Amino acid sequence: METKQYIASGILELYVYGLLSEPETIEVAEMAQNNIEINDEIIAIEKAIVALSSSFSPFHSVANYEKIKAKLELKQVPVIALDAKTNYVQYIGWAAAVLLLLGIGFQYNQLEQTTNQVVTITTQKQKVVNDLRDLKLQNNANQTSLAVVRDAKNTVVSLGGQAVSPASFAKIYWNQESKTVYVDAAGLPEPPKGMVYQIWALKLNPLTPTSIGLLSHFEGNNTKIFAVDAATDAQAFGITLEPAGGSVTPTMEQLYALGKV
Amino acid sequence: MTQDELLVLLYKKDERAFTHLYDMYSKSLFSVIAVLVKNREEAEDVLQEVFVKIWKNFDSYHESKGRFYTWILNIARNTAIDKLRSKNFNNSQKNQPSDNFVHLLDDSNKLVNKIDTIGIQEFVKKLKPKCIQIIDLLFFKGYTQQEASEELEIPLGTVKTHNRNCINDLRNYLKV
Repeated sequence: METKQYIASGILELYVYGLLSEPETIEVAEMAQNNIEINDEIIAIEKAIVALSSSFSPFHSVANYEKIKAKLELKQVPVIALDAKTNYVQYIGWAAAVLLLLGIGFQYNQLEQTTNQVVTITTQKQKVVNDLRDLKLQNNANQTSLAVVRDAKNTVVSLGGQAVSPASFAKIYWNQESKTVYVDAAGLPEPPKGMVYQIWALKLNPLTPTSIGLLSHFEGNNTKIFAVDAATDAQAFGITLEPAGGSVTPTMEQLYALGKV
Repeated sequence: MTQDELLVLLYKKDERAFTHLYDMYSKSLFSVIAVLVKNREEAEDVLQEVFVKIWKNFDSYHESKGRFYTWILNIARNTAIDKLRSKNFNNSQKNQPSDNFVHLLDDSNKLVNKIDTIGIQEFVKKLKPKCIQIIDLLFFKGYTQQEASEELEIPLGTVKTHNRNCINDLRNYLKV
């Protein structure tokens, strides 16, 4: 239909008045969207009828405006009693939720603590087990040392402290049968870093030192009983302090202990 | 403020929208209500009810279903008619068919625009009586074309164009 004709039909006035059926109304609304001329016409009709009706409006009090706002709770008005109730219930709800949350938090904390305790106790238990194992090892070592020392076939050689360290002493347990040599070095000071004690089997005439081993891991050995190489025939034993790895001949200035068989 | 600007505020549920809504349309709607509900207090009750409905039911308005003004106009008319049915059904004497919107001028002291700045009231008095009648029935009272044609004793097919001619006179006067 021609736009002008459509407008002239008067349908747009009825559209603004709200007198068209729903399908007709939707149809006009669609046309207005797509046709600026129709849309402008509708707006003009509306302006005219709003102006006409407004100018015939009887006086109504300003109170209406405030009353409506109060009904809509658009302003602070004393109409919120009902609302306050709902708020009260809401607050209880929130409070309950907060309490529940706190409760869960507390329980979680408890669980965490208990878990930590279990972990701690497990660690302690492991430590005790380790200690026990260490003690057993220690005990074994002690048994071995004792067995070495007690062996009836031993020749015990006491080594006295020498000029560099008069307070030092040591003992050599020399098994005459197996020729094995054990050194009890409990009477020697800990060697400085990078130094090591070296054990010498000595023949006296002429003085011939033969290295029978180093007391390595001195610190780590709790019993300070060391097994060294066998000595076939020796007239004396000596202990010197040597650079790590040992020396070919003893450094006599660093002779810590010496004793004749 | 245009209707489109007002709608933007309404969609945002902006409280300023209510003030604009009221300023723009309360007079227009109140005249429609007052034509139907003669009792001033009852008319004011209806006006309040109408604005509450507009505000609370705004979500059910869609632009695809027509003008916003048309939507609120229908709410005003329907609420006023509901009020009549509930209270004054047995007392239809108060709603003489001869009463039209121009009678709102009778008690001129109560008019909002005692001094009608655009002079519409004077203009309307000069308007053809048929125009006053047809605008009164169709716009103010929401008569169908059928009902209007019977009331005015004019052919059904001429109601629309007749009304348009009257509105055109008004628009020429208002220059819109």
